[in-house]
Amino acid sequence: MKVLVCVKRVVDYNVKVRVKPDQTGVDIANVKMSMNPFDEIAVEEAMRLKEASVATEVIAVSCGVSQCQETLRTALAIGADRAILVETDAELQPLAVAKLLAAVVEREQPQLVILGKQAIDDDANQTGQMLAALRSLPQATFASRLKVAQGWAEVTREVDGGLETVSVRLPAVVTTDLRLNEPRYVTLPNIMKAKKKPLEVLLPASLGVDVAPRLKTVRVTEPPQRQAGIRVPDVATLVTKLRDEAKVIS
Amino acid sequence: MRALILAEHDNAALKALTRNVVTAAVQAAGEVDILVVGSGCAAVAQQAKAIAGVSKVFVADAPHFADALAENVAAQLLAVAAKGYSHVMAPASSFGKNVLPRVAAQLDCSQISDAIAVVAPDTFARPIYAGNAIATVQCADPIIFVTVRPTSFAAAAHGGAAAVESVATVADPAVSRFVGREIAKSDRPELAGAKVVVSGGRALGSAENFKLLDRLAQRLNAALGASRAAVDAGYAPNDWQVGQTGKIVAPQLYIAIGISGAIQHLAGMKDSKVIVAINKDADAPIFQVADYGLVADLFQAVPELIEKLG
Repeated sequence: MKVLVCVKRVVDYNVKVRVKPDQTGVDIANVKMSMNPFDEIAVEEAMRLKEASVATEVIAVSCGVSQCQETLRTALAIGADRAILVETDAELQPLAVAKLLAAVVEREQPQLVILGKQAIDDDANQTGQMLAALRSLPQATFASRLKVAQGWAEVTREVDGGLETVSVRLPAVVTTDLRLNEPRYVTLPNIMKAKKKPLEVLLPASLGVDVAPRLKTVRVTEPPQRQAGIRVPDVATLVTKLRDEAKVIS
Repeated sequence: MRALILAEHDNAALKALTRNVVTAAVQAAGEVDILVVGSGCAAVAQQAKAIAGVSKVFVADAPHFADALAENVAAQLLAVAAKGYSHVMAPASSFGKNVLPRVAAQLDCSQISDAIAVVAPDTFARPIYAGNAIATVQCADPIIFVTVRPTSFAAAAHGGAAAVESVATVADPAVSRFVGREIAKSDRPELAGAKVVVSGGRALGSAENFKLLDRLAQRLNAALGASRAAVDAGYAPNDWQVGQTGKIVAPQLYIAIGISGAIQHLAGMKDSKVIVAINKDADAPIFQVADYGLVADLFQAVPELIEKLG
């Protein structure tokens, strides 16, 4: 079984981004970029399927600027067999990415596509669902457990209030939540090995996809800052303040 | 303009957050219809029609809608959404996030996720980078798909009298099956809509110690929450997690106990009306957003707080 994993290059999770003074976006010049953490979980899950002999080949895909090759090399170092970059300098929004991935899915015909539930930059949480819709595939989003057997994937999903388990017919799209697994550390020998693995570069036009943005960012601003309040010396003062000043308890 | 809202419910009762979406939809589009997709969900339609500002309630009732499978609900929403709506909206909950992008993509439309303000009928504000920036985005698609962050909009009032209409149900796509559900049974209010939230962090040290917070929550009729660190350590269940990748809450009172205040966590609770922080580390970032900060050992302060509250 072929498994496709989709990885996005994003501002590293430890970087505190700054809004540009002209309000056109956030400043990402010279900041550390990494693989979207949810996508790292997707790659790890694909590797576990391969190690369990459920998957035979793991293909990593990314869409974006040529530096996404680094992100793909990371996926290859984790263990993916080969990689595909759909290269463009254009701003890519979730619908466009879903269309590019749908074209790659059509070409590669994987049984399973695994990707992060959201990217930590735009926090959109759309691409997996859109990809599933465009290919008329079932989906299992926010996965915290995945089991593949007899042409179906049984997925436990993290939903509001608890967990839900669904079974989806393959081929299907699964999006990962935080607790699906803990990604392994990439070792130096594997980084070296990854350099020799095949990485194919495609263009949106060759896939017949128009990636023009549909949403226009009017401005990007700092969130309203909350002011620190006061320190209370003891529990008694806290209770008095909550009761008489904030009036939030009775 | 007319918006269609996908109702969230459990076939017996409408989820309260649907009301918050109505408020956003009235602001954006003026006219609002609601679609209820479920099985044996007549009671839900009755609750939906009584929301002020709603014109029509459409009901698609069939056995294969019982468990809100994304493929099935999306297929039904798709059939109704194409009837000349300017907007299609759903709550930014695990239900809405699951279904809405599917329908948007099928109509070749983009989606605005997690809207926190309506700027103009086609323009919405939404948080990006875990709430560290707010983007104002304008949509040029023929139908504007939006998931709405419920805590950013007031709940629409009762007092409407919308017409209820059955719609033809779409066939079961039969590509997915519901297996089971583990929803924590609790007499505490639901985290996302609670007026008071008591949250614990890694400093609690164990699942056993979290029971201390349960007593406080009981006294305040509060929902229980936790930081990601506490959830990852196994002290609290996953669905208690408050933060950018967990639940977004905005209660009247948020009490953060033994939580340092990572950006990830702050993104999930900084819109609370009043924030109380109890932490023994005086330099913890949580104090920078707290209205009332108490530097103390939680194992002394919390029992004392329960006692003083009576």
